[in-house]
Amino acid sequence: MHFEYKVQGGDFARAGLASSQVKKVLKQLNVDAKVIKRVVVAMYEAEVNIVAHAYQGTINVDIDTERIVLNLKDHGPGIPDIPLAMQRGYSTASPVVREMGFGAGMGLPNIQSNADEFKITSEVGKGTNLEIVVYLNVPQE
Amino acid sequence: MENQFFHHALKILRDVCIGCSHCMRVCPTEALRVKDGKAVLYEDRCVDCGECFRVCPVNAIIIEQDDFSKIFGYKHRVALVPAVLMGQFPEELSPSEIYSVLLELGFTDVYEVENSVEVLVDEVNAYVSNREHEQPIISSFCPAIIRLIQVKFPSLVDNIMLLRPPLDVSALYCKKQLMDKGIAEDEIGIFYITPCAAKIAAIKSPVGEDRSEVTGVINMDLIYNRVLRTLKQKGVESCVVPEKTSLTERSILWSLTNGEAAHVNGRCMAIDEIHNVIEFLEKIESEEITDIDFLELRACDESCAGGVLAAGNRFLTVEKLRSRAVNIKAEEETLPDPSWKNITEYKGYLTSMLAIQPVTPRSMLKLDEDMAKAMKKMERVRRIMCFLPGIDCGTCGAPSCQALAEDIVQGKAAISHCIFIQRNMEQTRKLHPDHAYRIMEKIWGKDRFTKNCNKK
Ligand code: SF4
Ligand code: SF4
Ligand code: SF4
Repeated sequence: MHFEYKVQGGDFARAGLASSQVKKVLKQLNVDAKVIKRVVVAMYEAEVNIVAHAYQGTINVDIDTERIVLNLKDHGPGIPDIPLAMQRGYSTASPVVREMGFGAGMGLPNIQSNADEFKITSEVGKGTNLEIVVYLNVPQE
Repeated sequence: MENQFFHHALKILRDVCIGCSHCMRVCPTEALRVKDGKAVLYEDRCVDCGECFRVCPVNAIIIEQDDFSKIFGYKHRVALVPAVLMGQFPEELSPSEIYSVLLELGFTDVYEVENSVEVLVDEVNAYVSNREHEQPIISSFCPAIIRLIQVKFPSLVDNIMLLRPPLDVSALYCKKQLMDKGIAEDEIGIFYITPCAAKIAAIKSPVGEDRSEVTGVINMDLIYNRVLRTLKQKGVESCVVPEKTSLTERSILWSLTNGEAAHVNGRCMAIDEIHNVIEFLEKIESEEITDIDFLELRACDESCAGGVLAAGNRFLTVEKLRSRAVNIKAEEETLPDPSWKNITEYKGYLTSMLAIQPVTPRSMLKLDEDMAKAMKKMERVRRIMCFLPGIDCGTCGAPSCQALAEDIVQGKAAISHCIFIQRNMEQTRKLHPDHAYRIMEKIWGKDRFTKNCNKK
């Protein structure tokens, strides 16, 4: 199943719309509540990242019975030093954005810790591409 | 593990229901439909918030209570009254006057529910400051909210505070202290005067407890009427007992908005009215809002002052409770009955009984238990949505186009229930107008097409 969402850079008021849509879908699919939470938290962070840093972006969501694949592609300044951005506590958010409570440096590491697979590529001056995979089936204990 | 059985205090009287669909349009969990000209409840979705009860123009929705005579099956009949009961009556009536009428009506003891707040406050604070508990902690006070989380926010069930609410603690106390006086358990009947349907559901099918200590429930509107009648007929003076209360300022205000949150340490928020709560929980669930320690969530606007069975205007009730709280501070605290020990003397016992079992989710949203099947159904829903007009007119007997689409894939409705689809099908001659007419009659009942100048 495929879903596509557009995200507008700078539009904080509407940030989170795509992740709440995806949340609804996963609930209807009877995905485990804890798994849903991880997907939604990762996706929300990633969505806010686009709003905070990029001009615009597209989120593509593919769901099958095994996994959910989130692809977030943005047009924006890109990330010059990904390893640095991946460090906990590091924030690329501008002071204004930080004041609003977004981008407290939780961003990328938080996304990674909620994902089962995590890929990030970025080109300075062009944009960033983020791929997040979460497995939907929790192994039965 | 999901609960299969839930008691709903709300019942729809089919004979009275006129199928006006008002209830269907306000239900926050889309638990109602109209079929054969009558409202139909999807039980697994209902959270007992009572919104439907408020809007029904013909009182077709009733809140089932125990028969009042049931109290006389017990030698000791305790009326457990919430503080909001006081707020229903004109200011000239003092609590003691109202309680004396309750005794006249047949109760042997009257006890105010919120007395147990003094036992609870420290425990709530200890619970909230325990970092092993999932943050934010969500209060267990309002049963409609617990049910809402179970059905709509299953990922937040672990955030519910696993401590008994004041009602249960007070019931435990009443029973215990009577038994300590040598009274047999089966001679004790504890009856709660409820402001809402949710509390009844919580008593009849408790979540996180095996059974409730409360023997029965009496609806607040019934007590309201009886008290006023008695006072009108007999006059106030004939039945006055001296002022007896051990309630503190904060316990009187506990069931109002910010009643709990104001006394919990840390960052606390109080949110009332179920749509507000839903909006906020969406954000909590995706961690858009974080770093909150404690959430007091209430289904009713102005919390229990706005309970569906509270007869008085909720804003006036709040005002009266606030003024009672201020005045009580100055008074000497006395016991409701000199022979009763103060609840704080039972603190050790009650504290040991506070814990409840974890709350299990029972998601209403899933289209199927099996994910592969759910996915197929969702694809069908999405295809159906391409054809439905998206105006949520409700003429199909479902509260929204989305709800109709979901009903269709669950085999509970047909796409021809939509009048827009019907017009389309008539145009392409796939549906005969007579048939379309019959479909509408099937949803809204036969009389819906006859002239009627006396609609409610
Ligand atoms: S009580 Fe609330 S949830 Fe249940 S049917 Fe009525 S409005 Fe819906
Ligand atoms: S609001 Fe209308 S449809 Fe609902 S129970 Fe009352 S009469 Fe029936
Ligand atoms: S806010 Fe109070 S009156 Fe309203 S449903 Fe909850 S417990 Fe009942």
